[in-house]
Amino acid sequence: MVNPPRAGSLGLVVCHTCALVCRPGEPADQAMHCPRCHTRLYRRRPASLSRAWALLIAAVTLYFPANLMPVMYSSLLGNGGENTILAGVWAFWRAGSYGVAGLIFIASVVIPCIKFIALGLLLLTCGRGSGWARAERTRLYRFTEAIGYWSMLDVMVVAVVSALVKFQQLSDAEPRCGILFFALVVLFTLLCAMSFDPRLIWDGNENEPHAAST
Amino acid sequence: MKTYSRLIACPCCDSVYQRRRLNSGEEARCVRCAARLYCADPAALERWLALTFTAGIASAIATCYPVLEVAFHGAQRSVTLWQTATALASGATLPLGVGTVLLLIVVPFMQIALFGWVVFFARIGRPAPGFILAMKLLLFLRPWNMVGVGLLGFLVAGIKLAGWLQVAPGPGCWALALLMLLLTIISRRNIDTLWTCSAPPAGAPVVDHG
Repeated sequence: MVNPPRAGSLGLVVCHTCALVCRPGEPADQAMHCPRCHTRLYRRRPASLSRAWALLIAAVTLYFPANLMPVMYSSLLGNGGENTILAGVWAFWRAGSYGVAGLIFIASVVIPCIKFIALGLLLLTCGRGSGWARAERTRLYRFTEAIGYWSMLDVMVVAVVSALVKFQQLSDAEPRCGILFFALVVLFTLLCAMSFDPRLIWDGNENEPHAAST
Repeated sequence: MKTYSRLIACPCCDSVYQRRRLNSGEEARCVRCAARLYCADPAALERWLALTFTAGIASAIATCYPVLEVAFHGAQRSVTLWQTATALASGATLPLGVGTVLLLIVVPFMQIALFGWVVFFARIGRPAPGFILAMKLLLFLRPWNMVGVGLLGFLVAGIKLAGWLQVAPGPGCWALALLMLLLTIISRRNIDTLWTCSAPPAGAPVVDHG
């Protein structure tokens, strides 16, 4: 199967907003705008790699306070305590709700870590212009984008519990700072995946050993 | 500037293809990176309008009626989607509360309103006022709708509290589930085809080469 041509090699630019395929006029260095939606036309998302790196580093840094600081205060009949994310998972596990413990563990620990590793790998390989496993790396990017927002689960659980459990002295629940850091981690990884331009995976020499599998 | 409305480029790898008419249920994928390019759109615009209208009603019910109800030693308590989102809006987690209101209530509402607006005008065959802005907003909002994860949050919180409280789903719970389903269907529709319903752009001379 012959690979289809790419927009760059045909001298075409694709609008990142409305996906219209355009052929820019002569002065190529001048700022161009899409004739259909008036968005500025770019071949690749501007400063894609440096923005994505900055957001990824911010997310990894905030992941520590997110896990070390308590996310929720809850009290039952006078005995109160603050819980971190992992303590919450452990409480579910001890109570015998293995399914829910697993679900929260996946959403709050496994998915963020997968995203850190996947995005770091994509940024490293694209920064070096590597031609290694392009189709697989594109799939990895789409997977990272798809699972991203499910890590917000713990934030929603804390919101629901602290809204519901308001029984004055009997029982009470309140959000704590850790959940804010955790939400920021998820936000930054989402923004990182959005700033990364998957077309960069395919830039460079197409005929490198691993690239042409078709 | 020349434009080519019959060409489509893969959003993941920039491969260029000619658009083809697809049979219903088919979808076009990129041969280089297997990304979904476009799919056959089975439903007429009327059906999309009906779905959007239903989603609007579901979103109103989910926001105003209790999603979960709990009882503890005779004391009753119930929360709506709105109360859940604002529960975080106190003290240090205030920015998070604002964010949750945006992700759970404002974004879905705007998606429904804008999609309905654009599809309604496409149906009556007139260019929608503010069409470009509406389409750009729809694209921008697409990744920020978190109704699905919100619903899962309600389920997990329900299981968590069932240990020492009596928990029951409220009327808003079913509306929220319906809203999640409808929003998934609506946001999966590729709105790219709607661009072609818009009026030809004014201003710079545009030559379309098919």
